Order: sequence, then structure tokens, then C-alpha cells
Amino acid sequence: MTDIPLLSLAIWIPIIGGLLVLATGSDRNAPLARMLAFAVAVAGFVVTIPLYTGFDATTSAMQFVEMTSWVPRFNINYHLGVDGLSVLFVILNAFITILVVMAGWQVIQDKVAQYMAAFLIMSGLMNGIFSALDGVLFYVFFEASLIPLYLVIGIWGGANRVYAAIKFFLYTLLGSLLMLIALLYLFMQSGGSFSILDWHQLPLPIEPQILIFLAFLVAFGVKVPMWPVHTWLPDAHVEAPTGGSVVLAAIGLKLGAYGFLRFSLPIVPDAAQQLAPLMITLSLIAVVYIGFVALVQADMKKLVAYSSISHMGFVTLGFFIFNPLGVEGALVQMISHGFVSGAMFLCIGVLYDRMHSRQIADYGGVVNTMPKFAAFFMLFAMANSGLPATSGFVGEFMVVLGAVQFNFWIGFVAATTLILGAAYSLWMYKRVVFGKVANKHVAELEDINGREFAFLAILAFCVLAMGLYPFPFTEVMHASVNELLRHVAVSKL
Amino acid sequence: MNFVVPDFYPAAAEIFVAVMALVIMLASTFARSIARGLSYHLTQATLIAAAFITIFTMEGEVVYTFSNLFISDLMGDFLKLMIYFSTAVALLYGRAYLGDRKIDKPEFYLLALLMTLGMMVMVTANHMLPMYIGLEMMSLALYTMVAFDRDSPRATEAAMKYFVLGALASGLLLYGMSMVYGATGSLEFSAIAQAIYNQSANQTVLMFGLVFLVAGICFKLGVVPFHMWVPDVYQGAPTAVTLIIASAPKLAAFAMAVRLLIWALFDIAHEWQLMLMMVAAASIVLGNLAAIAQQNIKRMLAYSGISHMGFVLLGLLAGVVDGDRHFALNAYSSAMFYAVSYVIMSLASFGMIILLSRAGFEAENIDDFKGLNRRSPWYALMMLFVMFSMAGVPFFIGFFAKLSVLQAVVAAGYFWLAVLAVVMSVIGAFYYLRVVKLMYFDEPVDVSPIHAPAEVRVMLSVNGLAIAALGLAPQMLMSLCAYALLGSL
Repeated sequence: MTDIPLLSLAIWIPIIGGLLVLATGSDRNAPLARMLAFAVAVAGFVVTIPLYTGFDATTSAMQFVEMTSWVPRFNINYHLGVDGLSVLFVILNAFITILVVMAGWQVIQDKVAQYMAAFLIMSGLMNGIFSALDGVLFYVFFEASLIPLYLVIGIWGGANRVYAAIKFFLYTLLGSLLMLIALLYLFMQSGGSFSILDWHQLPLPIEPQILIFLAFLVAFGVKVPMWPVHTWLPDAHVEAPTGGSVVLAAIGLKLGAYGFLRFSLPIVPDAAQQLAPLMITLSLIAVVYIGFVALVQADMKKLVAYSSISHMGFVTLGFFIFNPLGVEGALVQMISHGFVSGAMFLCIGVLYDRMHSRQIADYGGVVNTMPKFAAFFMLFAMANSGLPATSGFVGEFMVVLGAVQFNFWIGFVAATTLILGAAYSLWMYKRVVFGKVANKHVAELEDINGREFAFLAILAFCVLAMGLYPFPFTEVMHASVNELLRHVAVSKL
Repeated sequence: MNFVVPDFYPAAAEIFVAVMALVIMLASTFARSIARGLSYHLTQATLIAAAFITIFTMEGEVVYTFSNLFISDLMGDFLKLMIYFSTAVALLYGRAYLGDRKIDKPEFYLLALLMTLGMMVMVTANHMLPMYIGLEMMSLALYTMVAFDRDSPRATEAAMKYFVLGALASGLLLYGMSMVYGATGSLEFSAIAQAIYNQSANQTVLMFGLVFLVAGICFKLGVVPFHMWVPDVYQGAPTAVTLIIASAPKLAAFAMAVRLLIWALFDIAHEWQLMLMMVAAASIVLGNLAAIAQQNIKRMLAYSGISHMGFVLLGLLAGVVDGDRHFALNAYSSAMFYAVSYVIMSLASFGMIILLSRAGFEAENIDDFKGLNRRSPWYALMMLFVMFSMAGVPFFIGFFAKLSVLQAVVAAGYFWLAVLAVVMSVIGAFYYLRVVKLMYFDEPVDVSPIHAPAEVRVMLSVNGLAIAALGLAPQMLMSLCAYALLGSL
């Protein structure tokens, strides 16, 4: 069992499968491309299951480690491994990929093979990001994953797609290139090692620590995205096709947050401690201010995009209050947000496929024509606002609890999200779903078909399961989170 | 005075190419009816045979011959192999293009071969004179090739500009050489280095000479502020010739920089590093900014080439830190790796322009790439590889080229240069992305099917895949560069 390179399989099955899908060529072979893509996505998910079942939750050490020399000239290794911080994201990513393939089944009729291939390749690259333990390997996956998403937004996106795609790419590229310099500096300081685990042990004076922290902050802050570098996200979400939005929200945003845990906190702990007030302030601004911004959106996708930024503010807040509840809560929130935001975008996609409008004002009374859909949408909107018994509650509650432990007023401000979240989610839901049938287009709506029912039901199950019994999720992170916090508490000066 | 017969063996490849050039000239004069094909095939055969000769005469250590005018070392051999390779590929891409425009005269291939010979002399020179002779041989052949489409006013104008500015640069170089001779009393690189080491050289004259030499090198590399010819010549020359100018001569100019600056003038590295620093920073800034404004893809690639050469200089200037030579091999091999990577990418990019061009139509504007994904997904993918590679995005070779150069710059402690370079790379990414955008997001305006000879299609695919494959496994090329330089430092 341990001999099978599971992480490599999780990375390369989707990538190679994606290339095969690409090879099916033109749209005449579209059914074949779809079937193949689905098979590859399922296979990619299946190989990640042993990562959970075989995971040893009692240790914080890296597991399923693979190590081969890649570029000996610069001591770059193909070094993979997961711990409690990353393992769930690999699985989540593989899982979301299946839903994305299903969601694009009928809607995408143009360049089907390229669409499916882009998502599969992106999925493999993202698994690489979560499992890379070598700085350059991480960077390579991090950058390369921009290409498929750039193409997805640009080719299958909405009217203003080109602007959104280029903005997305350049924003992220700027951040990651500054990170590259920080990586090269660490490479030099550590005497020629790109291993992230070596860097965790590397003593550094405070000035370079702060500069490195800021370089990482630009890279990961853009990706999260944190206020004030968040403006690319609403554009990207609005213009992206449904699948693109789902992947971006469910996985893409997690990359930045994960980067904080893997790089910023353990490599430069003193700078992280010193700059924590800055990070907490930025996070709270995201939570409150962006929450208000979400409230006034007229476009459903934009609303969910802003709500994502607000939720991710919660995640970064959880990281920088340095207690186990905060960090674990943030991790739970990340996974929950993966399910919930993915589900919200899928729901909006379901409506958009029928009406070709995302404006809230064009809807009203959808419950009359799409009752099954309305039930699912209700659940996800509730989860998005953090209702108890849904996954959204668990993470938010833990972070608020941690924040109150840290400082009452920070906890107080953070807790306003529960009100704001409910306000924007439920108010949108009310305007779209309830009331009289607003116009003849809504009257002609057809309820969800079996395929749509399937992926919404799976997500609904996940949201409820995680909300009612979060233990299987928190169990695997305990050891790693405690180790991380113990490590951060020790000065490197 | 007794005459010693020099050892011809290390120069076998040069002698072979020179002889073949004469054979091709005679053959194409006497066999006029089949001259075109004959000249092309003989040229390609000569390049391949020269590669074999170079490999078989390769020696592990440094060998001098012809009274120390000529040097045979691994760096020279490696660069010569790359020069044969890129010239051969460039001719393969360009042949049909030239044929469509009725300028595939047998003399064209002859000139290409003479240019190759000039570059070979440049990379193997151990003395100012052969360096200069090689440079002129290469340049004169290139001027003629730019003007080869003699009825095109643009090409003639470009050739004239290239010639006048090139002659000026040669003059500067020659002037610098004469001053270095005046200061050190020798034209041979090792003797110059020795004289500087002994501090027997007149510093003022030496500095003046250095400035002129750097100016000459910068002109040949095409970097700011000696870049003015680059966009005009790239645009004006027939694409098949632009392809040649943008590939192998960059390697020859790199060799010239290494021989002159590192071999002869290493002990005043501190002085030329400062000059290169300014030149490199200016090139990266100006190249990337100016490229954004271009509508003509050849001009865009010209400016992008200027910024890439700035990166090569970044590697060259990071070699010596406070008199510590510990970093030299790392930095210089990074620069060489960058130059070689650039040549591979450059070949593919101009190859794509040739692929889209046909008789009576030049695919010169960036808009001609519109909707390429609809017309041909495969070549759109290849161009995507090239563009992302040039932008420095992994998994492509351009990323590792940038990584190795930046690594050298950071190791040398020039953080501001590294930050400047990456910020400019982001700006640079914009125009590469724009090409991708046109290919993938826009509808085609030109819907005629792509037709190109099979060998061009195959070679272009190989070239594009090589960019991706070398990005997945860059180690071999990197260590070849390091190994080639190891013996020469």
C-alpha cells in the first residue's frame, strides 16, 4: 500500500488524462471527451481516498512522502507529502473536479475537449500545489495552474471575459514573482536547499523575515484574496463559466490561505507575530466592509464572489490569532467554503443556463416553477450564512470563539459576519426564489434534471454531514495544527 | 625565424565549413539548373557534418593553435554545436518562405554558411584579430541577407540601417581593441589578462578601451542604448532572415562577451559589471514597455528580444562579488543557459510567423494570430508554449532560464535588480498574454487553411514540444552549460 505513489497519481492522472481528452480533438467527438473526462475525474478522486483512510492522524509529520531529484543543478527535488493541513484539500480538489465535469456536461457545447482538459489539468496542478514540499516545485505548480484558468475564463467566459482573464493572470503573476525572489533568498540563506521543511528550521534575523513575509503576503494575499487586492476576483467570477467559478472559489482561493500556513507562519514566525495586527485588521476589513459590499450587489455571481472574500477574511483572521481554535476553525471554514461556495455557484449556474441572466432583478418566484431546486438553494444559502447544523457554522463558530479568547472586540467585530452573511445570502434568496412569478421567463423554467439533482444532492450531503459531525475533518488536522502553533511560538531570531 | 606548421586538427570544423562554402559556390555556378536545391541541401549537409566533426575533434582540455590565435575549448564547441543547430533549423523553416517570394537563390544558403563560419571564428578566437574578422564575416553576410529581397524598399532600408549602424559598432569595437592594445601591449586575451593582473597596464587608456568594447558587444547583442537597429531590422528583413538574426548571432555575441570581458578583462570586472548593470536594467525596462505598444509581431518580438538579452547580461554581471570569484561559474553558466533557451524559443516564435505566412501574405501583425485555435489547435498550442515560456511561466524552459539568472543575481546580492526584473516580467507578460488571447479568445479573420511543407510542420512541433520537455527536465541542458564553461574559466 505504501509503495504506491498516491500523491503522484493524484497529480498526474488528471494531467495525463486531460491530455488524452485534449487528443480527442474536435467537437464531433464531444460525447467521447465528456465520458473520458468523467472517468478521469472519478479515477483521480478514487486515488485520493486512500490518502484519508491511510492517514495517520496522530503525527504531524509529512506522510505519503515521495522524493526524487529533479534538477540537481539547483538542488530542486520532486518532493511530495501531505500533513493534516493539506491532505483534505487534495481530496476536496479531486472531488470538486468530478462536480465540475458534471456541471459542464450540457452547457458547454463549444470546444468540449479543450474545456474538460483544462479543468482536469488544472485539478492535477492544484493537487501538486497542496502536496509540494519543495519551494520551486510549489512555485511551478502555483504558476502553471494560472494557465488553464486563464484560458477557461477567456474562452468560455462572459462578455467582458478578456479583461477579467488578463487581470486575473497579471495580478497573480505579480504576487508570485515576488514570492520567487523570496524563495531564491531562502535558497541562498539555507546554503542551497529549496526544501520547505528545511526552511522551517532556518534561523533568520527580523528584517529579512519581514521582507519575506511581505513578499509572501503579496503572493498569497492576492490569491486569497485579501482586501485591498481583491478586485480581480469579482471580475473573474462574473466572467468565468460556472465550472471556472466553482474551481476558483472552492480550490483557487484556498491556495493562498494554504500558502500562509505552509510558508509564512512557519518560515518567518517572528515577522508573522509582529505583523499579526496588520493581518487581523485587513481580515476584519474584509469581513465587515466586503460583507456590506456583498449586500448591495445586483448580480448573483458578484454577490457570492464578495461573500467569498468576506469568508476568506475569516480564514486569515483565524490564522493570525495563533490559537488552535482559530487555526482549526479557519481550516474547517476553508473546506466548508469549498463545498458551499461551489454549491452556490452551481446553483447560480443552473439558473443561468435556463435564463441567461445573473441579475437578481430578472428573477422572482422561482420556487413556483423549480421547487426541488429551491430546496437545495435554500440549504446552501443557509450554509453560506452560517446556520447551525450546516458546515458553514462550524468553522465560523470556532474562529469567533478563538477570536474572543484572543481579544473580545476582535471576536465581536468578526461575529458581525453571522448577521451580514445571513443578510446578503437570505435577502438574495428571497428576491430570487420567493414571491410571485416575476415574468414569463421564470414561468417557463424547468426544474432540475437528474444530473443536476445528483451533484446538488452530493454537495448537500457534504454540507450537512460536515455541519452535524465535523469530527472526521478536525481529527486529521489536530496534530499538525498543534505542531504548527508550537513551532510559530518559538522565535527564530 | 623558422616556420612551424600549425596544428590544424582543432580547427577541422572551421576548415571544413570554409571549404564547403567554396564548393557550394562553385557547384551552384556550374550546375545552374539544379543550383537551388543543391545549394540548400549541401548547406544543411555541411552543417550536420560540421557538427559531427566538432563532436569528434572535441577535447577535454583547452587547446591553442595558430600561434595562440585560435582556441578550442568546451564552451566554444558547445556554442558551435548550438550555432549549427539553430542555423540549420532556421534554414529549414525559411526555405519555403523564400521560395514563395522567389528569393531562394543559391547564394542565400552560401551566405548563411559564411555567416556560420564567421560565428565559428568568433567563438573560437583567442585574439582580438580573429574575433574581429569573425564578427565582420558574420555581419557582412547578415547585411546582405537582409537586403536579399532587393525589390522590397523596406528590406533595403533595413539593410542600410543595419549596415551603417553595424559598421559604426565595428568601428567602436576596433577602436576599443586598439586602446586595449595600447594599454596592455597585446591583442591576445591571456596576455591582456596577464598585463592587467600585473598592473602594468595604463588604467586610463584601458578604461576608455573597455567602454568602447562594451559598446560594441552591446550593439551586437542588441541591448539598450545600442538597440535602435533591432526593431527596424527585424521588421524590415524577410522573416526567414529575421529568424536567423534572432537566433545564432545572439550566441556568437554571447561568446564574444565571454571571451572579451571574462577572459581578457576579468580583473577589471568591477568596472564592466557596473556598465552591464545599467545596460541590463535599461534593456529589461525599455524592451518590455516598448513591446506592449507594438502591433507588428516582428517588432514585438524584437523588443522582447531586447529584454531577454538584458536577462543574459544580468547573468554575466552577477559573476564576481566584491572580488570573490566563487559565484562566477554559477552566474556565467546561467547566462549561457538563458541565451541557449532564448534561441530555442526565438526559433519557434519566428517559425510560427513563417508558418502563417504564404505567397503574397505576410503574417506580420499580431492580429494575424486571431483565432488560431479555431484554424489549428495544434499550432495554437505550440505558440501558447512559446509565449508562456517567454513570459517565464512554468513548466516551460523560459521559467528555468529566468530562475537560474535570478538565482545568480540574488546570490550576488543585487536584490533591486531582481525585483526590477520580475516587475518588468509581469509587465512583459501582458503582451505575451495578448497573443494567447488573440489565438484563443478571438474569432479568426483569416480563415485560409495553413499550408506548409511537412518538414516545417514536423520541426515546428518538435521545437514547441522541446520547449515544454526542456521545461520538465531542464537539468541536462543546464549541466551541459555549466560543464562547457567549467573548463574555460
